[in-house]
Order: sequence, then C-alpha cells, then structure tokens
Amino acid sequence: MRPASALLSGPRAHHKALRALATLAICAAGGAAVVFALGLAGTDYAFLAAYTVLQFVALASAWNILGGYAGYVNFGVAGFFAVGVYTSVVVYKTLQWPLIFTIPLAAVFAGLLGLGMGYLTLRLRGVFFSIATLAFSIVLNTLIVNWAFVGGSRGVYVMHPASIEPFGSYARYLVIIMLILAIGCVLIARAIERSWIGNGLAALKDDEIAAECAGVPSLRIKLFATTLSGALLGAIGAPFPYFITYVDPASAFSLTIAVNTIAMPLIGGTATWLGPVIGALLLGTLQQVATVTISSALNLLIVGILLVVFITVAPNGIVGFVKGLREKRP
Amino acid sequence: MIFSLDLFCNAVVAGILLGGFYCAVAVGITIAFGMLDIVNIAHPAFVMAGGFIAYFCNTKFGVDPVLACAIATVPAYIVGRLVYRFYYHAFEKRGEESLQGLAFFFGLLFIIEVGLLLTFGVDYRFVEAAYIGPTIDVGFISIPWRLLVPLLVGLAVTGGIIAFLSRTFIGKAILAVSQDPLALRLVGGNPVKVKEIAFGLSIATAILSGALLIVIQPIEPSMGRDFIGRVFAIAVLGGMTSLPGTIMASMILGVAESLTTTFFGPSWSPAVAFGLLLVTLAAKPAGIMGR
Amino acid sequence: MSDSPILSSQGLVKRFGGFVALHGIDFGLMDRERVGLIGPNGSGKSTFVNCLTGALRAEEGRVTFSGTDITAMPAWRRAHAGLARSFQIPRPFRGLTVRQNIAVPLSFIAGMSDQAEIEARADEVLAQVGLKAKAAQSPKSLSQVELRKLELGRAMAARPRVLIADESMAGLSDSEVDEILDVLMLLNESGIAIILIEHIMRAVVRFSQRLVVFVAGAKIADGEPREVMRHPEVVRAYLGQ
Repeated sequence: MRPASALLSGPRAHHKALRALATLAICAAGGAAVVFALGLAGTDYAFLAAYTVLQFVALASAWNILGGYAGYVNFGVAGFFAVGVYTSVVVYKTLQWPLIFTIPLAAVFAGLLGLGMGYLTLRLRGVFFSIATLAFSIVLNTLIVNWAFVGGSRGVYVMHPASIEPFGSYARYLVIIMLILAIGCVLIARAIERSWIGNGLAALKDDEIAAECAGVPSLRIKLFATTLSGALLGAIGAPFPYFITYVDPASAFSLTIAVNTIAMPLIGGTATWLGPVIGALLLGTLQQVATVTISSALNLLIVGILLVVFITVAPNGIVGFVKGLREKRP
Repeated sequence: MIFSLDLFCNAVVAGILLGGFYCAVAVGITIAFGMLDIVNIAHPAFVMAGGFIAYFCNTKFGVDPVLACAIATVPAYIVGRLVYRFYYHAFEKRGEESLQGLAFFFGLLFIIEVGLLLTFGVDYRFVEAAYIGPTIDVGFISIPWRLLVPLLVGLAVTGGIIAFLSRTFIGKAILAVSQDPLALRLVGGNPVKVKEIAFGLSIATAILSGALLIVIQPIEPSMGRDFIGRVFAIAVLGGMTSLPGTIMASMILGVAESLTTTFFGPSWSPAVAFGLLLVTLAAKPAGIMGR
Repeated sequence: MSDSPILSSQGLVKRFGGFVALHGIDFGLMDRERVGLIGPNGSGKSTFVNCLTGALRAEEGRVTFSGTDITAMPAWRRAHAGLARSFQIPRPFRGLTVRQNIAVPLSFIAGMSDQAEIEARADEVLAQVGLKAKAAQSPKSLSQVELRKLELGRAMAARPRVLIADESMAGLSDSEVDEILDVLMLLNESGIAIILIEHIMRAVVRFSQRLVVFVAGAKIADGEPREVMRHPEVVRAYLGQ
C-alpha cells in the first residue's frame, strides 16, 4: 500500500525527526518536573495517587484509539488490562524478569487478544460489538478465576523491594514507569490521529461504505486499531501487580478501571488525543479527592453522574464543547 | 463429575424455572432494544431497584414482594416514560443517539447501582414469603415454589405483553414503530409518544422482575451487572424482536446455566451467557426466530 | 489501447430474497468511453452499479475489470484497481475537512505518503471541481451542488481508470447541471472512462457516446444515443409511465 521507506527519506523526514525529538524532549522535561514536584510532598501517597491518575491518562488515550477514532466502543477493557496484569503475575512467578521486559510481553499478548477479538467481532454493528467485547472480558475473567496457577479467585501476593536505585523509593519508580507509559500512549494516539491511518479511521467511522469506495480497507484498519489499542491497554496493566501487591481477579478485572477508561474519553472528548487526557486528569483527580475525603464507594457514582451530565450538555465532550464555543464567536 | 439421571433432571427443571425468570427480565430489553433500538444498558439496574423496592416493602410493611412490585409497576411506568422523554430530547432528537445514548444509560447504570448501595448497603438482602421454602416433589424431581412463582409470573407477564402488542391499538402501534416509524407517522400516529409508552412498559417489567429475583435469591446492589450479559444474550439468541423467541432463548439459557452450575460448578456459570452470545453472533446472528 | 472492454459484466444476476433485481446483465465499457445508463426508477441501475463496485455481491455472473475477474473482490480492492464511483446521495466524511476528504483516496489508493504532496494534489483536484476555496471547511457547510462536486472529486482524486457517476445531478438547477457536466467532460478528457447514470435526459444525451437502457432489471437497448431514444421499447418504457 505505501512504502515505509518514504517516511524515512528526504529533507522533510529530517524536519519531522527534529520535531519528534523536540516533542520527546519537552515530554521528558515535563515528566521529570512532575516527578520532582511529587517527591517534594515527602510521603509515598503522592506517588501512588499520581500513579492512579497517570494510569487513567494512559488507559483513556489507549482506549480512545479504538473507541473515539474508529467509533467502536470497547466494553472489554477489563479483559485487556487483566491480560497485562496476569502476564506480569506469571512472569513474577516464573521468570522473574524486570518490568522493562514484562511490559512489552504484556503488550504482545494483549495485542494478540485484540487481533483475535477484533477478527471475530468487528463485523458486528454498534452495540453488538460492545456487548461482544464485554463477553470476551467476562469469559476471560471466568477462565482466570478457574486457573489455580495464578491463584484463582484467592489471588496471589506480589512482592517488590522497598526501593530501586537510581530512582529512590519503589513508589517513585512505579510513577516514572507509568509516566513513560502515559506519555507514550498519548504520543501514539496523537501520531495516529494526525496520520493517514487516523484519516482512514475517521472516514470509516463516518461512512464505512463510502470509505471502502475511497480505498480504505475497512477490516484491516479496524484490526489495526483493536490490536494497537488492546496492546497498549495490556502494557498499562503490566506494572499493576507491583502497585497493588495483592492480585485477585476482582482487582485485575477492576470495574472502576473499566468504567473510568470508557467514561473519561467520553467526558473529555473522543475526537482528539487531548480529550482523554483532560477527562482522565479531571475525573482521576476528583476521584482521588473523593477517596481521601469521603469514601471510595462514591467513585462510581461520580463517574455515573459526570457521564450523564456531560454527555447531555456536551455530547462531544469538553474538547468538543470548547471547540463549539470558539466556532460560534464571530 | 458425577453424572446421575436425577441430578440431570433436576438441573434441567431448575433451568426451565430459572428461564421463566430470565424471560421476565429480558422482555423489557426485547421491547426497548429489539423493537425500539434504545440501548438501555441500565435495564438490569432497574431490575435491582425493583428487587430493593420489594425488600423495603416486605420488611417495612410486611407486603408480599411480588405484590409490592406489581403495585410499583405503575410509578415505574411513569418513571420509564420520563426517562425516555429525557433521552429523546437530549439524544434521539439530535440524531446523536448511538454513542451518546449508550453513554447516558451507562452512566445511569452506575448512578442507580451506587444509589442502591448508599441506601441499602453492601449486605445481601432477602424477603420472606409463604412460598419461599416449600417445594413440590414429583418423584425424584423437586420444584421449589420460590422458582415456580417467578416462572409463572414471568410467563404471565410475557404472555400478557404478547397479547397487548397484538390486540390493542397502542400495542400494534408499538409493533408498527419497531418496523417502520415513517409509516406510522403517515397513518397519523406519533412515534415518539408510542416509543415513550413502550419504554415505560419496559421499565415496568424490569421493576416487577426485581421482585421475582429477590424471591429466587438474596440480592445486593452490584448484582445487576451480572445480568447485562444474560439479557443481551437472550435478546440476540431469541431474535431481537420476537417475544416467543425471548421465551425460548430464556429457557435455553436457564437450562444451560443450570447444567453448567450442577456439573462444572458455579464458578463457570457467568461465562455461559456470554459464551452463548458469542456463539450465536458467530453462527446465526439473527437468532432462533430472527428474520 | 485494446479492443476489449476495460470494465464488463457477463450474465450478472442479483436477487433480494425472491425478487430478481438483475436478470443476467451483459455489459461492456471501453477505455475512455462515455456511456450513459438510463431507465425508470427501480429498474436496477443502482443495484447494477453496486454489483460492479463491490457494495453488493451478485448471485450469478461475472464482473471483469482490466482483464481481471473482480466478481469476488471486496470494494476497497476494486477501488485500488482503479474503479471509482460517486454516490446518488453524497456521502462525505463529515468528521474531516474537504481537503482531508480528498486526501483519503490519495493516501489509500494512490499510496501517497508525503503530507505536502498530498495537500498539493488535493488542492489540484479541488480546483478542478471548483471547490478550492472551501478546502479547509467541513462538508457540513457545503451546498448540494458542492457536495456533489466533493463526491466527484473524491472519486477521481487517485486517477481511476473508470468512474461511475450515480445520479450526480439529481435535484440540481440547470446551470448546476452544466457545472457538473463540465467536470465530467474534463475528467473524461484526462483519460477516465465514465458511466453516467442519470434521469436528466438532455445531460445524458449530450454527454454519452453510447446509451444503455435498463427496464425492470434487464438491458433493453444499447447503442448510439439518438437511435436508442427512438427505440420503440424505450419509448414505451418512458411514455408508459
């Protein structure tokens, strides 16, 4: 279809490479600043709260590649995340690899799940696709519950050292990993959005038949989106066992994570990469505050209310709402 | 795994009884989603709400749970109409129904669930009634009354709705809307009003099913989510718009789940509904009775 | 240039349940030819187009394009092979700008990867159809005739060999019809064979080198426009309405 080499040659490629480097540099600097600021709080709690919020930024961005760009609402988030979690658990119990190797492995497995699931379900329209993805997740959950090696329904404990050099406390280490994952997911989503693939996805979302007539290979592009989105969701799940230290199916297939991953892009706006980020930061921070001040049971209520309110008032999310306001100004 | 005839027969009977209850729950989805294309994913939450209404009336006032919810169907119908009216003005009218409508009901699902959680707490709640406990024994088959009553009520409700849809004017209008809203308009009907009534009916059946659920087993607020898969599996298997299909599919699911639980253990039963759903979508997406 | 048609169908049959929409259609389009396809509503013209382009699968018969049997080929592959179509009711990609609409076939069919090149070619196409001024706008702000032009622009952007224009002029004013006709003639001059499906007789007769008439799913006439218009069966089909 298109030569990959075309992306790497010529003066414009040089320009592109410089811009990519600059973007990465800015992100690295920003990330370092965030970690430093968190460290000033003095307790590990700031890191753990940040981990949760950053995880949501990553999850929402990854989900939106399929949900927002392609228009296929994946209800099976928990399944992909859990693939990452349990890949990590199995590695912990057998190979004892460091996270830096486990994360790509989790991405591969989750990506394969995305590919398989996509192949079977992408021919279904709208809500049937969503219910089918939920079905995958529940079936996976049932399989894990009955798998004694990873502890079945009783779960396993995952130990980690109290600190890792040169990062200092283990909590700081986890935050840095999640920060890298979050920035990675956002940058990938942004790159896809602006590329020809993003255009193809948008065309498919608007009108599949017309897109096919314009040359877009619908199944292949959708499979790309499910595989990539799934792989990223799995990658994000890989550090999770070290974060919660006790892993059981209920926490791996966490409802809060699944619901938030879907709600955050819907609230923030599904059309661009910025929407999931805003939704995640807003909702994530609110839930952290609620957990500390009132109770964590309210988290789902907050999501539910915000979702209903925002989807009614701002159907295209916060980003779409702001964009609409700007377009109305003479 | 011990296979014995009477274990098998009891499992099948229990499955059929359970199927009657599933039918009551799924009828509302067949109407709202199958016929009207309204993706009310919050339907199970309404069922749970019905269950807790039954619990409340039963423990506070000593009222029979099924009776309590039968009375509650009237306000439930009104609430359903209001919910649809809001949904219509906020989403359907603007033509944004698919994603945003789904998101709306998704949010509603959690609002209701957590609302129940905050009101009633996380503990399992149960009701007391004369028919919870005794069983009818026919040879080696035991038929618990607490499963038989939901079956009878479930089939009665479904039968009533089938009759309503085919004999009354409004019922026929609902069928007309599900097939061809434009044609309905041309004969002077108002599709929006008809859909509103149908949705109200859908929610009313949900509330009533809640009573049936709490008769069968104790409930707690988060159980609703287990039913999402079941009701959609039934809707798809039964052929979306067909109510007789709903009855058949409910029985099939009930028996499949019952056999799985009996011979493989309860930890496998959540997968049954979804497994059935995936198989149906792969093999014959139009369902048993689908066109 | 060869003597065999660039696009042809042999014995194409399409059924919808018990209803037979196409009764074994034999059809040929020569390279760079301009063919008009007319017929009463419901005579199977759009069904025929859908079978040619891959939106529908025929039950019997064959579709051949550039010597290759494409009967089982998915629509997007046919587009890649050089078979383009525009739709009766315009189907723009509303989430993309006008320019991005044109960029889609450029990326996917023409395989272009350089952003600047894509933009340049897209603007070139837009200029040809007269939409250059609206390149950065959303299709939502376009008028009917502009949407038709966008349809055609998108269909021709990747330099197809064949373009099937399905009722591109329905509901347009006389001057708008002429605008579209001019665009189509321009495309034909650049080497694209065109099948024009239309109800507006003067446009079809003016445009076509050959006229094909469908009635009730069968081809009843195929020849020089003025002769076809005088064909007794054609006259009956139209006057008997």
